[in-house]
Amino acid sequence: MTEKVILAGLGGQGMMLLGRLIAQAVMLEGKNVTFFPSYGTEVRGGTAYYHLIVSQEEIFSPVIEEADTLIMMNLPSYLKFKGFLKPNSSLFLNSSMIDKIDAPENIDIFRIPATEIANDLGNVVASNMVMLGAYNAVKKLISIPTFLSCLQKVLQGKKAPFFKVNKLAVERGIDFINLSKG
Amino acid sequence: MSINKNQKFLLTGNEASAEAAIQAGCRFYYGYPITPQNEIMTHMALRMPEVGGTFIQVESELAAIYMVYGSAAAGGRTMTSSSSPGISLKQEGISYLAGSELPCVIINMQRGGPGLGDISPAQSDYFQAVKGGGHGDYHTIVLAPSSVQEAADLVFDAFDLADCYRNPVMILGDAQLGQMMEPVVFCKKQKTDLSAKTWALTGARGRKRNIIKSFYPVKGELEVFNIKLQKKYHEIEAEEVRYEEIDTRNADIVIVAYGTSARICREVLKDAKKQSLKIGMIRPITLWPFPSHCIARVAERVQSILTVEMSAGQMVEDVRLAVNGKCPVHFYGRTGGGIPSPKEILHKINELIQVKEKVTCVTS
Amino acid sequence: MELTYSKPKTLIDTPTHYCPGCGHGIVHRLIAEIIDDLDIREKTIGLAPVGCAVLAYNYLDIDMCEAAHGRPPAVATGIKRVHPDNIVFSYQGDGDLAAIGTAEIIHTANRGENITVIFVNNAVYGMTNGQMAPTTLLNQRTLTTPKGRNEKIDGYPLRMCEILSIIDGSRFIARTSITSPANIKKTKQLIQKGFQTQIEKRGFSLIEVLSTCPVYWHMTPCESMKYIDEQMTKTFPLGVFKDWENENQF
Repeated sequence: MTEKVILAGLGGQGMMLLGRLIAQAVMLEGKNVTFFPSYGTEVRGGTAYYHLIVSQEEIFSPVIEEADTLIMMNLPSYLKFKGFLKPNSSLFLNSSMIDKIDAPENIDIFRIPATEIANDLGNVVASNMVMLGAYNAVKKLISIPTFLSCLQKVLQGKKAPFFKVNKLAVERGIDFINLSKG
Repeated sequence: MSINKNQKFLLTGNEASAEAAIQAGCRFYYGYPITPQNEIMTHMALRMPEVGGTFIQVESELAAIYMVYGSAAAGGRTMTSSSSPGISLKQEGISYLAGSELPCVIINMQRGGPGLGDISPAQSDYFQAVKGGGHGDYHTIVLAPSSVQEAADLVFDAFDLADCYRNPVMILGDAQLGQMMEPVVFCKKQKTDLSAKTWALTGARGRKRNIIKSFYPVKGELEVFNIKLQKKYHEIEAEEVRYEEIDTRNADIVIVAYGTSARICREVLKDAKKQSLKIGMIRPITLWPFPSHCIARVAERVQSILTVEMSAGQMVEDVRLAVNGKCPVHFYGRTGGGIPSPKEILHKINELIQVKEKVTCVTS
Repeated sequence: MELTYSKPKTLIDTPTHYCPGCGHGIVHRLIAEIIDDLDIREKTIGLAPVGCAVLAYNYLDIDMCEAAHGRPPAVATGIKRVHPDNIVFSYQGDGDLAAIGTAEIIHTANRGENITVIFVNNAVYGMTNGQMAPTTLLNQRTLTTPKGRNEKIDGYPLRMCEILSIIDGSRFIARTSITSPANIKKTKQLIQKGFQTQIEKRGFSLIEVLSTCPVYWHMTPCESMKYIDEQMTKTFPLGVFKDWENENQF
């Protein structure tokens, strides 16, 4: 099993944290993982993107050429990475910020209004967690309790109160997929 | 940060290198910010006070390498880190360190050049690292990690090698290794059987004074010193060569690549197997001393060797010297921050095989 | 009979390579005397510069380290951080300290590094045959200012004590000379104060010593001494610019 995920969004949309937490969770579950962030001058704004590879086998290149999954938070990100989709791969779109696209063929597309859902929960920054919930509901890559314990470790001290809303956002993401299936 | 043995951490290559240095007993770090190695500094700023060490954000790369010189002369375990343009600035100091036989570790997380270049991964500082970017007949030991775990492990070895041979050691990584995160375990320990630094500057209490210098103005003295240095280098060449050899036994073509390029080539080996191509690889871990013997041995029995680098072709010169005409040596490289893809490399291999077939047809 | 004068223990009994009338010998001796007086020979580490004093370690019987041109303050920092209880001093010329090593001296002072700097200013590059130094006086002739230093082309002489004394991290900054027994005595007092500043862990100290270079000034040794008193001190006034004992003085 190898899963290659590209996460991308506007700098500040929390893709770095999300990718790192997924990587940490799968590491704790004993899988091999590489997480290769874009780096440089984009701190806020600009497209920030991350290559995440999870595998039972040894991982060689951490750079993804053909992705199994794209998690895209805004339109410029999608436009930048749509060429990385291989046949039968999955595309998770934050439909709050990506409305119309020319849908590629042979791709499973999941449109999640992540920003709206997070906003309804009272914390727009948690849109990354909504995407995680939705992604994992489909791909079952990580155990949610492990993921949440990693999240809790990051959200300590002053940030501790934000854990609840982030946890809720993950659950809403899961629900969104499960409900739309039903 | 508290560290248990066998505990796994998810860290960038930069953070893992820095933490490994702390655990290897490095207590004096001097640096100047430059992307893509800033996380080394940041980690040192956090950790050095916790272990009672010294962290200084210095006014320049130049001053940083000379603070390293001072701390090394005083007998401390010391390190600096930078990326290509900053390493260029340190070259004078590295020559002085080699000339004064001072042990220290220098990490270069290479980026694209020449000049300011960019912040993408590159391997275009090979000549500078291996051939001696500063002046004079000297060598630094150069270690090339290709994973975050190895980045940590080689830092331990780097400090021990530096102390053992009284010589600067460079870790030659790149932006990709520095920035990527992987699980890492800190399982190594500082060597305990190294001889005491009786040469260090501590104040001449109860002994003859020590002098640390590289200046030999009396005619003939400098040559004597250089001959002594060369003797040390020959010893290092005989004792410290390290490499990884993968599937070379029945290979038709053997790739030679180090660091990030080598990781990419491992992917190529996997894909080549699917196409029933017999491809092997030699991954130099020490770039100086260079695994020439291994390459020469393999060159006896393969059709050709392909060197892959993120440069316009630097290590390939050492590969050619090692092969010494025994088989053709080809090169595939991307430069200016470009990263070769497994597809491109496999394409190049297929090209080589086709050329070989054509040649066989003509001659038969 | 009482012994009233002898070679300091820290000074090695050997002829120096310095030219007749050069001031380095006097300054070396003063340092050796102070190290003896303070009984710190076994804990002192000295830094020799690149310049005429590059061989200072041949004359002082203490642990010594050579540094590249301009870098003694950085090397001294590296040593001091390993051995904070040792006494670390750098010995630097004007090219070393005020040209190629300007960044190092300013930032070392600014960090308040607890070291002592002996800055020997003779307004010329001696070792390389007499080129202009950053402290060369206006109109002074050197190999590279054959018609005299012209501020429009070469800029002005740099006054390092004045610059360093406005830096918050510096604690003791003084300028002195070696032109008379009285001045030599004063110089010894000031250098000793510099070492004392360090021993008491008060921070950065620098003593600039106006010194002679008869060969590249094209003068006799006596004329050189006079030149310091009559010309150099106009640009480089003697005095204490900063003193932790009297912080309001400046």
